[in-house]
Amino acid sequence: MRLAGGGPVIPNFGQGSSCVTGDHAFCWGWVKQHWGDTLGPALAQHLEITAIAVGIGFAIAFPLALLAHRFRRLEQPFSVVSALLYTIPSLALFQLLIPITGLGLTTVEVALTSYTLVILFPNIVTGLRSVPADVIEAAQGMGLTRLQVLTRVELPLAVPAIVGGLRIAVVSTVAIGTIAGIEVTTKGLGYPIFNALQDPTPFKTEIYSAGALAVALALAADATLVVMRRLLVPWARRTA
Amino acid sequence: MTETRAAEIVFDHVTKRYVGRDAAAVNDLSLEIPAGTFCVLVGPSGGGKTTALKMVNRLIPFDSGEIRIDGRSIADLPLTELRRGIGYVIQQIGLFPHMTVGDNVGTVPRLLGWPKKRIEERARELLELVGLEPADAKRYPAQLSGGQRQRVGLARALAADPPLLLMDEPFGALDPITRFRLQTELLRLHDEVGKTVIFVTHDIDEAIRMGDRIAILREGGVLAQYDTPDAILAHPADDFVAQFIGEDRALRRLALRTLETLELGSPGTGEPSSGVPRVPPSTTVRNAISLMLETGADRVVVENDGHVLGLFTLDAARKLL
Repeated sequence: MRLAGGGPVIPNFGQGSSCVTGDHAFCWGWVKQHWGDTLGPALAQHLEITAIAVGIGFAIAFPLALLAHRFRRLEQPFSVVSALLYTIPSLALFQLLIPITGLGLTTVEVALTSYTLVILFPNIVTGLRSVPADVIEAAQGMGLTRLQVLTRVELPLAVPAIVGGLRIAVVSTVAIGTIAGIEVTTKGLGYPIFNALQDPTPFKTEIYSAGALAVALALAADATLVVMRRLLVPWARRTA
Repeated sequence: MTETRAAEIVFDHVTKRYVGRDAAAVNDLSLEIPAGTFCVLVGPSGGGKTTALKMVNRLIPFDSGEIRIDGRSIADLPLTELRRGIGYVIQQIGLFPHMTVGDNVGTVPRLLGWPKKRIEERARELLELVGLEPADAKRYPAQLSGGQRQRVGLARALAADPPLLLMDEPFGALDPITRFRLQTELLRLHDEVGKTVIFVTHDIDEAIRMGDRIAILREGGVLAQYDTPDAILAHPADDFVAQFIGEDRALRRLALRTLETLELGSPGTGEPSSGVPRVPPSTTVRNAISLMLETGADRVVVENDGHVLGLFTLDAARKLL
């Protein structure tokens, strides 16, 4: 299966400097020159791909986790299904999906979203479960309804675990998302890497810069979530 | 504060069996707890005391019989309404770690829809009542010591002025000094707010110290004796009770009484000899005897701020039992 789809025609270094034509270790000039047409858009697309996958993953995992929390019997089937999904190598999963969802973003998002489920679902369930029994008992004893126990006690206390799950999901989605560029889509930071690898003498700067951007994106997203957790969980910081 | 509401609690032939266990957890328990009574449920583990307590706010359902609060069966009340009208304190405290102390205390008033301002005022008032600073309202539970947390737990239970407090080994996890201090303050609080309290402990000393009435439960959830501490110590109903309260029950009984409650002997005209110990009227009979045994004296002088009230002698002590 070969890549279909448009995008700028490779190679990108035809008219380049000696650094580029000589394929030196890293050419800043090329990065600057192609930020606007290649790297910048790829970064933005990668962010979008990640945000959609984690967003939809959370939207699915959250209600499932609430159900599993309420009806314990459901937890195991949910976990088994999502874990099975995770055991499928991403390349193979993309292949499996192409006949159904075709080449393009849909396939990528379906695959990435299913991976986030495996991370988000157990984290949310664990977070809800981690609330100490005495806290729940006190809440019930004071006359909180089941829904009030959930919204006022269990969910706030599960926030650290939920954000922890989101951090892992975001970082791994950024990483797996680059694989999508290999055969499924021209969007995201995976494509410039694939692009460079297509050449018999791969252009190192393109691989390095796209790879570095993926790492930077993962770190930045992770840091954002850490800040978010600090804002949402003021009580965990102030211990005696 | 005008907190005088208290409820009468009646256990009427209440039985509870846990599935898969032969022995009943609570077996045909009947108890009448008059309004304002500090009632202690005490007994060995397996006696069903915690089960009995948690049946009152329906955290544990029971199989037969009835529990009535002020004449109304608890089965007839909506669950949330029942629970919001009962203060509940547990050993592990169960403060909400994500809420400030003030918000913890305001939990039930918030559920009842009190205005925000009134909740804040009430929280401040209660923190003071249980011996905390108003500034503590802004702190989180993790910033408090164990004793402070249990004070918050108590304040939270009292927040909506419930006529009944259920306390499940509230001081069991505290060090002895903190426990003693909190016991003292709870007794003062009980005098002040006059609520009915049902208090579970496995510690007979705590039961004797705290209770107006003590219900001793034995294994299988059978009520062995229900009476005042003094009556139980003076006349244990059977061998089980006698063993449970200990062989030093005579001394324990004397520890319940202070010298100021007794008719003291006349100090006589002359100055009492210098070897006789002097004690304040708040001294317990037990401590007075201990002091006499220690110093070899056969009497103590009871005095208040240098003013002699009378004499208490070993002979008088013997007649007390």
